[in-house]
Order: sequence, then structure tokens, then C-alpha cells
Amino acid sequence: MAQTLSDSELVARCRSGDQQAWAELVDRFSRYVYAISVQAFRLPEADAEDVFQEVFARAYEHLDKLRDDAAVRPWLAQLTRRLCIDRLRAASRERPTADEELDLAGSEETLTMLEEALTVHEALAGTPEHCREILDRFFARDESYRTIGEALDLPAGTIASRISRCLGRLRELLEGRTEADTPSGSR
Amino acid sequence: MTAFNEERLARLIRALPPAPAAWVRAAAELPLAKAGLDEIVARAEADADFKARLVADLEAALEAEGYERDPAVIEVLKVRFKSK
Repeated sequence: MAQTLSDSELVARCRSGDQQAWAELVDRFSRYVYAISVQAFRLPEADAEDVFQEVFARAYEHLDKLRDDAAVRPWLAQLTRRLCIDRLRAASRERPTADEELDLAGSEETLTMLEEALTVHEALAGTPEHCREILDRFFARDESYRTIGEALDLPAGTIASRISRCLGRLRELLEGRTEADTPSGSR
Repeated sequence: MTAFNEERLARLIRALPPAPAAWVRAAAELPLAKAGLDEIVARAEADADFKARLVADLEAALEAEGYERDPAVIEVLKVRFKSK
């Protein structure tokens, strides 16, 4: 699957029954859905897993109801938020102390930050493969210089400078984007 | 979106760690699971004997017929056929 496929193209392919496109869609948004449930709503892992599967099951089932294919990202975010809130409400009925958690859950600040993080993650896809790999391993997967060096066959001493160079490329890419280049409309 | 610096970019990349691989795989396989589910349901509706065996012991009936053991499909079928 070409990495340049826009969200709307991907949704259209999913709707036509393309299983590879569906796998790509899940992969593209899996981190976002996961992060909303565990970071913004602080769901326990087991609840987060249920929400994760439910989000994609409902998305698969109702993809034909999506009015604007390019809006799949906010649609999934909204679906995830709703299911997380349902979980917390159910928990608060069983355990009254969870009321406070419900009030604090899903802070707008965290949700906004995650949305921005997804934009950066999407921009990362436009950087060379070696940059994607090293930045993802170091920051998102929290791997050590040693682990990265062994995996990518690089001297550990060169990793910090590579990371810095790759962050520079990513920054150029992000700052070069125009308003029209919103992540959901064009990738 | 405001200007990016290395620290901010690092924080934003860090904010999206990968979801557990098994979760992603299960969600990616939804179309296959659904296809399997639809096939079993259609067969049960057309074949009363098969349906009776599903109700009596779902997992044994599926195994006997050579269906792959998919936990998501089994859960849905258990509800659907009120099976053991």
C-alpha cells in the first residue's frame, strides 16, 4: 500500500472491501486510538483493549455512514472518546470513587496534544525510512542507543547526531506544510 | 500550529507509542473474522443439524467442521446461538 494514500482514498478502498486497505487504516490510526484511551482517559489496559477493538469494529461496520471520507480521523477520535466515557460511566456505577476520574478524564489539553502528535506522526511518514525508524525507535518505542545501534547496525556514538538531523528534517517538513495540506486531506 | 523545536517534536513523537501488536493484528483481521462469522451463520440457518450442534457445543462443532478458532467469532456466535 502506497504511503502517500490520503485518508479519504484509504477509506474508499476499505469501503470497496480491500482488506489490505483496512489493515493500513488500522495501522495508521492504532496509536491515536490507543493514546486517547490510555493517556487522555487513563483507562486500565483491559478496558483500553476492549475500547480499541470496539472502535475498529464499529468503524468497520459503519464506514459507509461516514459522510466525508477525509474526516475519518476526527470520526475515530470522537468514537474513541464516546466509548471511553461509556467505560468510565460504567466503572463509576460500580465504584463511586471513579466519579472524580470521570470529571478529570479526557482533558481537552491532552486530546489536543494527541491530535497534534498524530499530525507529527503522519509527517514522519514523509521522511526517509532511516529517519522514521530511528525517531520512532528512540522516542515512541523508548529504545536505548545500544538497542537501536544493534538493530540498525549503527555505531552507538552516531545515533544522537542522526536523531538530531532527522528531527531537523521533520521540522522542515512540518513547517513547509501549507494550510491546505491538512493531514487528513493530503498525505 | 505553533513553531516546532526539537524538544517539542520529541515530546509529540513520544506521545504516540505503538499500540500492542496483538490488538492491532486483531483489529486488522476484522474483515476475515467477519467473513468467517457470516459464513457460519448462513450455514447454520440453512442446516438445522449444524445449528443444533452449534447450540449443544459450539467450539466442538466448529472444530469438527474445520473452522479456525477465532475468539472474537466464537464470542459472537455464543451470544447468537446461546451456545455453551
